[in-house]
Amino acid sequence: MNIVRLVLQAGLRDLSRNRWIVAYTLAFLGIAEGLFWFGGTGPQVLLSMLNLVLLVLPLVALVFGTIHVYASREFVELLLAQPVPRRELFAGLYLGLALPLAAAFLVGAGIPFAVHARAGASLGGVAALLGAGVGLSLAFAALATWIALHTDDRLKGVGLALGTWLAATVVYDGLVLGAAAAFGNYPLERPLLGLMLANPVDVARVLVLTQLDVSALMGYTGALFEHTFGTALGTSIAAVALLAWCAVPLLLADRRFRTRDF
Amino acid sequence: MRGLARQAVPWHAGRVAARVAARCALLSLLVASRAEGDDLTVGRGGTYATLTAALAAAKPGDRVIVQAGTYREPTLVVRTPRLVLEGQGWPVLDGEGQREVLVIAADDVTVRGFVATNTGVSNLEDRAGIRARDVRNCVIERNRLRDNLWGIYLQRSADCIVRENDIEAHGLKQTESGNGIHLWYSPGARVERNRVRGHRDGIYFEFSPHGETRDNVSERSQRYGLHFMFSDSCSYERNTFRENNSGVAVMYSRGVVISANRFERSWGSAAYGLLLKDISGGAVTDNVFDRNSTGLFVEGSSRLEVRGNHFTQNGWAAKVLADADENVFSGNRFSGNAFDVTTNSRSANSTFDGNWWDEYDGYDLDRDGVGDTPFHPVRLFALVVEQHAAALLLLRSPLVSILDAAERVLPVLTPEALVDRHPLMRPPR
Repeated sequence: MNIVRLVLQAGLRDLSRNRWIVAYTLAFLGIAEGLFWFGGTGPQVLLSMLNLVLLVLPLVALVFGTIHVYASREFVELLLAQPVPRRELFAGLYLGLALPLAAAFLVGAGIPFAVHARAGASLGGVAALLGAGVGLSLAFAALATWIALHTDDRLKGVGLALGTWLAATVVYDGLVLGAAAAFGNYPLERPLLGLMLANPVDVARVLVLTQLDVSALMGYTGALFEHTFGTALGTSIAAVALLAWCAVPLLLADRRFRTRDF
Repeated sequence: MRGLARQAVPWHAGRVAARVAARCALLSLLVASRAEGDDLTVGRGGTYATLTAALAAAKPGDRVIVQAGTYREPTLVVRTPRLVLEGQGWPVLDGEGQREVLVIAADDVTVRGFVATNTGVSNLEDRAGIRARDVRNCVIERNRLRDNLWGIYLQRSADCIVRENDIEAHGLKQTESGNGIHLWYSPGARVERNRVRGHRDGIYFEFSPHGETRDNVSERSQRYGLHFMFSDSCSYERNTFRENNSGVAVMYSRGVVISANRFERSWGSAAYGLLLKDISGGAVTDNVFDRNSTGLFVEGSSRLEVRGNHFTQNGWAAKVLADADENVFSGNRFSGNAFDVTTNSRSANSTFDGNWWDEYDGYDLDRDGVGDTPFHPVRLFALVVEQHAAALLLLRSPLVSILDAAERVLPVLTPEALVDRHPLMRPPR
């Protein structure tokens, strides 16, 4: 465990010195604060921030993550020359990436909401947004780690990361929309709810939506949606799905890391 | 708004004037009769032990004063005209779950200050807490109605006043419940400042034209907060309809004025803030539609003036079906709705002009307060959801934003003609 801490500390030091992560924090801070500044009410700011979380957060975690893992390759090789368990080294590597990303978002997006607590954003909505953002950071950092460990070619790795981002944010929803249109005559609600769980971005969106956009959830679909995700059980299911999206890529990356010949 | 109604239906103006005159006459009559009649006291220390006995003895113009206490008597029927029934200290008239409580069967009767309760449920008869049957000019005011099948029931009774009553029913199923205030073939009624909770329909008008409904609160109805059919030239002002299971439904009527009401929190797949079906030539003005599944639903209605309303945080602010034509939406305010306007066709038979839309992102170079580019309120995604309900799951997905943006630039599927050419830059008022 000592090794984990050491590597983590090294990673954190590395990242905190990195101008990108500071800029990332400030960007969230600036945008959220700006939205309040320009007369946004709590719910409006939440919705704008939701768009940001769904689009920007996965992009940054994926691209920045892959580049970071590639950049720390020499450091990893150096450590591997020492009697260090690979699993602990891997844990340090991942946490050193994921924790600063999540923390940067939490600080950048959280502070404006805390400052403007009286602007009318519901506590549940803010909590869901911050939770979803942290979950997405962790999940896409895991995906980035896996991608970077899987492909040696850096350009290819970054390309893969971008492709993953596009697939998760836009293409997947397009396919779901296509399925909804193509099989419109069938009772599709439940299968579609299942499909929502299979994409971390959709899980995050659904989590936040059940907390703040209740008025939009109407009709049979809305009711089912509400019944499925609006309850404590549903929220837990969504949270578990997000965690699975951290765990599965991590396990794959970890296996790769342990068996790989550096 | 009264004036507006008259303008809209000038052929009724004479009748309205006649009714006002009739009311004035009634008022003077009441005042006069009060002076000439006797007081009959019922209850502890009174002349009569039962209301039944007092009603049998009363002469026209008398006043029956009922002391506090619980009265369990056969259904009370008022057959003497110009009688005033007055409860002091909230006497309780108990139907014991067996029967109707009080029936007004004579003209110019006033009932005030009673608690009518517990008619019980019947599938064979419509038991009411207080019923007016085939009379004119009754006044039912400041009563409390508790757990009755029907609350106040006006049956073929003209020019009655129902005001400041508090009506409540608990825990009944829709099939085992009647309406809070029910009007059937009762023209010229005034329903004011009542509070109705938990009945099937809070307030119900059928075949009852020229009614005025003001300042009522109708909430948690099992079906509609307000339901009216075949009742021309009625007006609804400053009422609050809240958390009703299906909202408010207005059907098959002409010249209806709906103004300055609040429609709040009607949830569910068949719940509407305000549902208009086959209404022609009315006005829907200055209302607030707040957090309904569908704020305003317009079907088969024509020549409606929808002006100055505020639609906020609804699922669908306004659903205007293609069979509704020549309706004009202007000066309304749309904010925080998931969908502002939807329809079910590519043609636009209603006009949207000069509204304020929070999603409008155009500019105003000449600074006249009107945006220079038109606004298309129907989003592509709204149409998709209309056809494939399950697609609602993609609400607020980045993909949907992209599709909507693309559709706004190059409308292919959304009704191109449904457009606000003069969107306001600032919310009205």
